[in-house]
Amino acid sequence: MSATQNSLSHLQALEAESIEIFREVASSFERPVMMYSIGKDSSVLLHLARKAFYPSKIPFPLLHVDTTWKFKEMISFRDRMAEQYGFDLLVHTNQEGKEQNINPFDHGSARYTDIMKTVALRQALNAGQYDAAIGGARRDEEKSRAKERIFSHRNAQHAWDPKNQRPELWRVFNTRLAPGESMRVFPLSNWTELDIWTYIYSEGIEIPPLYLSKKRPVVERSGTLIMVDDERLPLNEGEVPREEMVRFRTLGCYPLTGAIRSEAATLPEIIMEMNASTTSEREGRLIDSDQAGSMEKKKQEGYF
Amino acid sequence: MTIQENIQKNNALDVDSWLGQQTNKSLLRFLTCGSVDDGKSTLIGRLLYDSQLILDDQLAALQKESHNRTTGDEGIDFSLLVDGLTAEREQGITIDVAYRFFTTNKRKFIVADTPGHEQYTRNMATGASNADVAIVLIDARKGLLTQTRRHSFILSLIGVKHVVVVVNKIDLVDYDKETFDRIDAEYREFAGQLGFKSLVTIPISALKGDNIVHKSEAMDWYRGPQLVPYLEEIDVTEDKTDKPFRFPVQWVNRASLDFRGFSGTVAGGSIKPGDEVLVAASRKPAKISRIVTMDGDLDEAIAGQAVTLVLDREIDISRGDVLSAPGTVPEYSNQFQAKLVWMNEERAMSGRSYLIKVGTQLVPATITNIKYKTNVNNLEQSATKCLDLNEVGTVTIATDKPIAFDPYAENGATGGFILIDRLSNATLAAGTVEFGLRRAQNLTYQDFDVNRKTRSEMKGQTPKIVWFTGLSGSGKSTVANLLEKRIAAEGKHTYILDGDNVRHGLNKDLGFTDEDRVENIRRIAEVAKLMADAGLIVLVSFISPFKNERKLAREVAGDIEFIEAYVNTPLEVCAERDPKGLYARAKKGEIKNFTGIDSPFEAPENADITLNAAERDPADLANELYDLMFEGHQYRAL
Repeated sequence: MSATQNSLSHLQALEAESIEIFREVASSFERPVMMYSIGKDSSVLLHLARKAFYPSKIPFPLLHVDTTWKFKEMISFRDRMAEQYGFDLLVHTNQEGKEQNINPFDHGSARYTDIMKTVALRQALNAGQYDAAIGGARRDEEKSRAKERIFSHRNAQHAWDPKNQRPELWRVFNTRLAPGESMRVFPLSNWTELDIWTYIYSEGIEIPPLYLSKKRPVVERSGTLIMVDDERLPLNEGEVPREEMVRFRTLGCYPLTGAIRSEAATLPEIIMEMNASTTSEREGRLIDSDQAGSMEKKKQEGYF
Repeated sequence: MTIQENIQKNNALDVDSWLGQQTNKSLLRFLTCGSVDDGKSTLIGRLLYDSQLILDDQLAALQKESHNRTTGDEGIDFSLLVDGLTAEREQGITIDVAYRFFTTNKRKFIVADTPGHEQYTRNMATGASNADVAIVLIDARKGLLTQTRRHSFILSLIGVKHVVVVVNKIDLVDYDKETFDRIDAEYREFAGQLGFKSLVTIPISALKGDNIVHKSEAMDWYRGPQLVPYLEEIDVTEDKTDKPFRFPVQWVNRASLDFRGFSGTVAGGSIKPGDEVLVAASRKPAKISRIVTMDGDLDEAIAGQAVTLVLDREIDISRGDVLSAPGTVPEYSNQFQAKLVWMNEERAMSGRSYLIKVGTQLVPATITNIKYKTNVNNLEQSATKCLDLNEVGTVTIATDKPIAFDPYAENGATGGFILIDRLSNATLAAGTVEFGLRRAQNLTYQDFDVNRKTRSEMKGQTPKIVWFTGLSGSGKSTVANLLEKRIAAEGKHTYILDGDNVRHGLNKDLGFTDEDRVENIRRIAEVAKLMADAGLIVLVSFISPFKNERKLAREVAGDIEFIEAYVNTPLEVCAERDPKGLYARAKKGEIKNFTGIDSPFEAPENADITLNAAERDPADLANELYDLMFEGHQYRAL
């Protein structure tokens, strides 16, 4: 985005801040990696990373932790992006978990998330010996995230110590680490959900089509619409998938991601609909509502 | 009217123009600060609630959580919205800064809600460092407290120029005008010395909503602005483009053999293709040939923009270099005066080596002098040798090599810095440069024709430093003495620097406090280096209790071979031996700050050699050490 006057608009300021963070990571760490989860925030993150290093290619790999339960459309989108922009894509699945067929139905969402996401992430970070992992989390998403630094220190066990964070002054980031420690870095910390959408719109960033409404097969379970993305979703007795106009506000594992009924099939329609919305984005994610403080607890254990 | 209302009422509103309006809104970053229990979190909760940014699911969760707590008229404890950590909700306090976001038709806001407890002042400073405006809360019943003053002082130090004082809980003093006037006058008197550009005082009730968005009906006597409208209108644009051009190089972009660009964020002024720039360190000039971004080349880049600059010629530039306008270059020096907010339990000491990060430059640095600390209550200055957690002081700093900087008042991006602990990597302090001390430019290293190599060859030996560390009575001097006899017997030139002996002369002005111990070791490290430079084999026998200073000694030695020998004799054995009777006296309290008794010894974790002097014969240890030094053996534990 180019400046038109002698000061920057809020989106220009946010963009510049994120680019600066990306460059600081590339300059300060030996083995950075960027978490790529395929959603809208990851799409913005990818776009900003390309801008930060243009005309060079992104100087670190992108890592996708594949739980094997992602929407099919997410995987095809991921592979197409990697080809289009020529970034180095790494995909990791917890093979032990896969062999034991760990799934959200038989093992519950908490255990499944722990094994296929948190443990898988730790495995991938350890195997790659990454000293910095860039993520797309935003401070407006959840209360414990609102407290996290942009450069967020992790000990050798990947744990976060929320009561003892390093002070973070101006944009002078302390990137120093002891052996085995690592940093989680969040370039989108100061972006809101609305900023993400308006930026996607004004920059013409491609996002997975699941965000746009169309007829999809869904079943309704305790008030949540679950899309029948493949034949692995066990149907309860008498349960028949119906075609409904639905879209997703957030993308994750399809059995754990609630769809919303919507007619918004274009980006402007989504933004308008979101503005009229009275519920927060993470409501569609089933893993956060287990208990108060649950995200903080997961993060202490190494979840992103 | 909030955006939500606006959208709901105008469904037909043109999406493009609405998005255009969104995209072009300005951004205001502010923080809330003040003493604990003055209602900061409640105020932010109120701002979000009144902006209708609290969504149904959040409200439901909030009402559930508010159940066991003291609440306002709405049955909601607003502070629960912002206190995000479990410990915070349990204790009902704010520990760390929380960031919140809201938007009105006029502006986007990023709010840093900062903690009020003195213990968490560093987190308040974190929130202040990126803020344009500060809201200082004062409880109408309590008036100005120590934390009100401390926070205001830190605001001025960090450079927040615009302050809104809100006198909260005004409903609890029956909306009393005199109470408000008294607090207003008291604050203005204190703030007079702090150099804020604008200051307003507003009486509010965060719990009830008085003077937040709308004029309070309970206070006819109040004629000033309401909080939200004031924040929407306040002009904080400080024309950064008007300043001299500064561009700290962050990352060198080598996209191909033909492309070499310098990526970074413009930290001051503006730049166009064709403009001349100067590298601050090397004073080498070049012209800008392109300003590259993924959206295409730019005709101009201004302060705050992240771009990649391409120059018209090949000059040596790397991360840490600062490109600047030729007529107005930054200071380039290795000494400056600065203010520090100390943020760690480990106190600041002059003489100790830290890392300093200014912009993209990271170099070792030493606090050479702590001139004074400032009392946050009355702003009085007093002499001190150290700075404790949350203290604010004025110091001089020397960096190991010259760096480019500006006074903080002239450019925050090139004049603000952090100090980092070299062992724990903790961020120890926030600092702001006051002015450069030009000593570095007058003082250069003199090159002489007779150098270390010549002097060593004349002596037929390679200079070395063996640094013995260990408790008093551990056997350092005994082993050092035997080792020196053996080396001298071979016709080599040596010298022993002994703790006790040096304290009679060079260091007789130093005592045994932590600060003096640091300075003691710093001097010895320098003396040892000079002696090794003269070609000598130097044996240093000093307790040297702190890891940091032993690390410093090794660094001072530079490329001179440095052997850290840890004489590891247990405290009980040393106290039992007690050759000078010192342990007995220390235990009786006759000697203060005695290592091992009431002053710490930080045992080396990676000494080159560990001498088990409790069980081994000192002569054997000296002989084996000799073999290791001169026979090229690997160092190991003896």
